[in-house]
Amino acid sequence: MRILDAVDFCRRAVCGYPLRSGLMLLAMAIGVAAVVLLATLGEGTRRYVTAQFSSLGTHLLIVLPGRAETVGGPPPMMGQTPRDLTIADAMALARSTAVRRVAPIVVGSAPVSVGSREREITILGSTSELLPIRNLALAHGRFLPAGDASRAEAVCVLGHKARHELFGSRSPLGRFVRIGERRFRVIGTLAKKGQSLGVDIGDVAIIPVAAATALFNTESLFRILAQARSRDAIARAKADLLAIIRARHEGEDDVTVITQDALLATFDRILQTLTLAVAGIAAVSLVVAGILIMNVMLVAISQRTAEIGLLKAVGATRTQVMALFLLESTLLAILGTAAGMLLAMAGLMVLQPMFPAFPMQIPWWSPAAAAATAVSTSTLFGVLPARRAARLDPVSALAEK
Amino acid sequence: MIVLENISRIFQVGGESVHALDQVSLQVAKGDYLSIMGPSGSGKSTLLNVLGLLDRPDQGTYRIDGQDTTALTDDQQAAVRRHHIGFIFQFFHLVPRLTAAENVALPLVLSGVPQRERRQRVHDAMDRFGLSNRAGHRPDQLSGGQRQRVAIARATIMRPTVILADEPTGNLDRASGDEIIAAIESLKDEGLTVLIVTHDPHIGGRAARHIRMLDGRVVEDSRRTA
Repeated sequence: MRILDAVDFCRRAVCGYPLRSGLMLLAMAIGVAAVVLLATLGEGTRRYVTAQFSSLGTHLLIVLPGRAETVGGPPPMMGQTPRDLTIADAMALARSTAVRRVAPIVVGSAPVSVGSREREITILGSTSELLPIRNLALAHGRFLPAGDASRAEAVCVLGHKARHELFGSRSPLGRFVRIGERRFRVIGTLAKKGQSLGVDIGDVAIIPVAAATALFNTESLFRILAQARSRDAIARAKADLLAIIRARHEGEDDVTVITQDALLATFDRILQTLTLAVAGIAAVSLVVAGILIMNVMLVAISQRTAEIGLLKAVGATRTQVMALFLLESTLLAILGTAAGMLLAMAGLMVLQPMFPAFPMQIPWWSPAAAAATAVSTSTLFGVLPARRAARLDPVSALAEK
Repeated sequence: MIVLENISRIFQVGGESVHALDQVSLQVAKGDYLSIMGPSGSGKSTLLNVLGLLDRPDQGTYRIDGQDTTALTDDQQAAVRRHHIGFIFQFFHLVPRLTAAENVALPLVLSGVPQRERRQRVHDAMDRFGLSNRAGHRPDQLSGGQRQRVAIARATIMRPTVILADEPTGNLDRASGDEIIAAIESLKDEGLTVLIVTHDPHIGGRAARHIRMLDGRVVEDSRRTA
């Protein structure tokens, strides 16, 4: 029997029982659509989170005071209060050839007032380098002046939201705000950037780091941000940072360096696993659809007993009968998969406009995995009915009317 | 040449063994025209099924042109059915979703004959049995006589040497029945071996050789005296 003739024969059989075939296609299509849609949403989540991380800046290293102990061991015998990170430490880090920029950061909260308006907002002490490291953009004016980080110049840059709440629609440039006990001149405002990993960059006032340490009366930094020269330099930068701090802290490794890439890679892995898990759960529905196909094929065979008897009488071998029925269930699976893909695409076309910020792109592997699961399960579950058909006794099959 | 030697077919019904065929021996020469008659349950359909290799005898040997068919595998038997035997059934057994022409083409499709040759042969067969203007109709759009003619066209499309007809007119009125018998007899005239199982003495009487069965045995085997 020629393959095209066999396919045609099965196509006629599928079309010959529209209700039965339609229901099977529906089950298959829903399963396939579920796999593709869930995989797409999972993949979208991954991309969304990755994009959020990237908006922090590129090739970022974060130096935190204190050492995160990841190996076991007895607790230290003597007092182990970690040494503070200081502005001088931050400046020393800039000497590494693998590091392009360094921005020390002090974070605190202080009342900020203009005339009678007062608000408690987040105060960020840093240097001019913060702007490029964090990928921030200015709306008006200029950022903190470059130069000696230990100079506590009385200037500040306001976030979008802070600016709005303190000055309304008036231009804040050149005006003064009171932060704590000091007056700062507003020299710039940040462009609206929205949320950046949960920290609202709109509701801040940025002042020189030395001014912040004076304001909060502390020598220690919250953390130091460093930007490596390139992706390849990240590892070297990390080693350099650790070495420099160790040299400055009398041989103690009392800081932790987190690289943004490592963080990103971890999230990436977690979310990818999650996507696969969700798609896997959806794939269970395909197995259910496969079982449905088996049931319906069994019904089909009892309906078509006489036809099977006839096929045998006109010389069809067992193998041929079996192949025909297997092909029929496979054909149904293929058609169901195609319908499922269309369903998934239609679903995305509806969903995407509802969540424009969320990237919805069908990951390449999901249609392939859905199709493979659909076709292999229905073929697998098609074996039993097909074998039953092939083994039918032609005499009793033909006797049935 | 068909040779049956001591063929037995035993069915278990309840706790009892029923001899549907009991030591049947029979020789049918090429081109012969046989009718097999007998009451219900006399084993005539079982004999036809054994002859058509749809059923395996429990004992005895069955040779077609010298070849012992009982030793063949299922697939080899299927090949013998495909190439040497054409079936005509009481209930036609057409595939309802296929057109008349497609039903006729079915054995050709199963044996992998290319489409172009198929079309020609089906066309000729439809023509021959007066079905040219019914080629695109489905079985439910055909009369009983037309359906049986489609079945005859299908039975002969592989150019078999033996035609086995099981009550071919059992479901037809007299006029269509006569038509069908005429069509079947035209096959005999071409040198095909024809065996008809029938209840109808009028039809049975037309055959050249009459076999009468009773309780699984051949009780009468006579030739029509011209």
